[in-house]
Amino acid sequence: MNKLSLLKNGIIKENPVLILLLGTCPTLAVTTTAINGLGMGVSTMAVLICSNIVIAMLKNVIPDKVRIPCYIVVIAGFVTVVGFLLQAYAPAVNDALGLFIPLIVVNCIILGRAEMFASKNKVSDAAFDGIGMGLGFTLALFLMGSIREILGSGGWMNFNITADYIDPVAIFMLAPGAFFTFGCLVALINYLSKGKAIKKKEMGCEGCPSAVSCQLAGKGGCES
Amino acid sequence: MKEMIIILMSAILVNNFVLVKFLGICPFLGVSKKLDSAIGMSAAVIFVMVLATAVTYPIMSLLIHLNIDYLQTIVFILVIAALVQLVEIAMKRYVPALHKSLGVYLPLITTNCAVLGVCILNIDESYTYAQSLINSFGAGLGFMLAMVLFSGVRLRIENNDFPIAFKGIPSILIAASIVSLSFMGFSGVIDGLFGQ
Repeated sequence: MNKLSLLKNGIIKENPVLILLLGTCPTLAVTTTAINGLGMGVSTMAVLICSNIVIAMLKNVIPDKVRIPCYIVVIAGFVTVVGFLLQAYAPAVNDALGLFIPLIVVNCIILGRAEMFASKNKVSDAAFDGIGMGLGFTLALFLMGSIREILGSGGWMNFNITADYIDPVAIFMLAPGAFFTFGCLVALINYLSKGKAIKKKEMGCEGCPSAVSCQLAGKGGCES
Repeated sequence: MKEMIIILMSAILVNNFVLVKFLGICPFLGVSKKLDSAIGMSAAVIFVMVLATAVTYPIMSLLIHLNIDYLQTIVFILVIAALVQLVEIAMKRYVPALHKSLGVYLPLITTNCAVLGVCILNIDESYTYAQSLINSFGAGLGFMLAMVLFSGVRLRIENNDFPIAFKGIPSILIAASIVSLSFMGFSGVIDGLFGQ
């Protein structure tokens, strides 16, 4: 597949957060400020690219029956590495993201790409898919973080934007603001694409990290 | 005793896992459509959270003893996954009735961020073993409370006439935002009750 179209696919057509609606937990939790969203996005992207490359390299070695645990070990290894790098070189980001750094392991985007893409494609394609998806995730988190920071604190990346003439709406920095901002963004995409961009009409099995191994996923999901 | 109650109450209400800490959003949004499945799912989450904490806490002490505590993430996720699979197999074989109502949700929560999150959180907060178990139980109960409340809310909004762009997932997210807003009212309740 064309490398450029792989990148575009991850960033726009199949943006993991805004179109596929995956990885909702970090999207909602860490986007209190733009810089936190960026930090989370870059950390996840690093793990995603590395795990995609390694899994694509090992695709003929990993036995089919135990592939999910194998993927998880690879992913968890890279998450540990990224955690150490953040502790050493970006302690402020590390403190702000806290618990959500080890929880990159259970981010469904990474496991989903391993199962759906990396295990079936060439190493180079898997790497570009990781870059595309990672950039899409980073940009979406950065956007969410920017909206919440500007509305919630009146500033953006340490610049003062609207704080002088509009009172900041602090609720946007808190938990309800996260759900609200995300809901409005999804609605905006629905509106702009006339409901065509987002295929999912329910938060179903695709959003679940266990979907790849779950027996219910093929049969209408957990509700049935 | 007082300390235990404070941990339990703050895990359920003040630091609600779903609505305040954003852990376990996928099942919260995905399985809350019907009350039955919401209760089944959250019962399974409570069970797995307490079980996972009971097992991972001693393992962490072992890791620290061997000076390899940096392996925490890898070890925890594998132990939780293996444990839940084992429990599911045992339940299917010996208590099929329970497996039917609760066991089907078990594979879903092996890689749930709420379960791994509570195990890591207990270590980070340096709770004792008993405190960890209480905290996990409280986190699970908080999850159940949020799920049950939210499935009621979803039932009410299901047939409402939203603008087309807001139909489906956006409306669910906005509803979750309002439920989360109501939970913010609990933020000072522990200080008020126990005078800290």
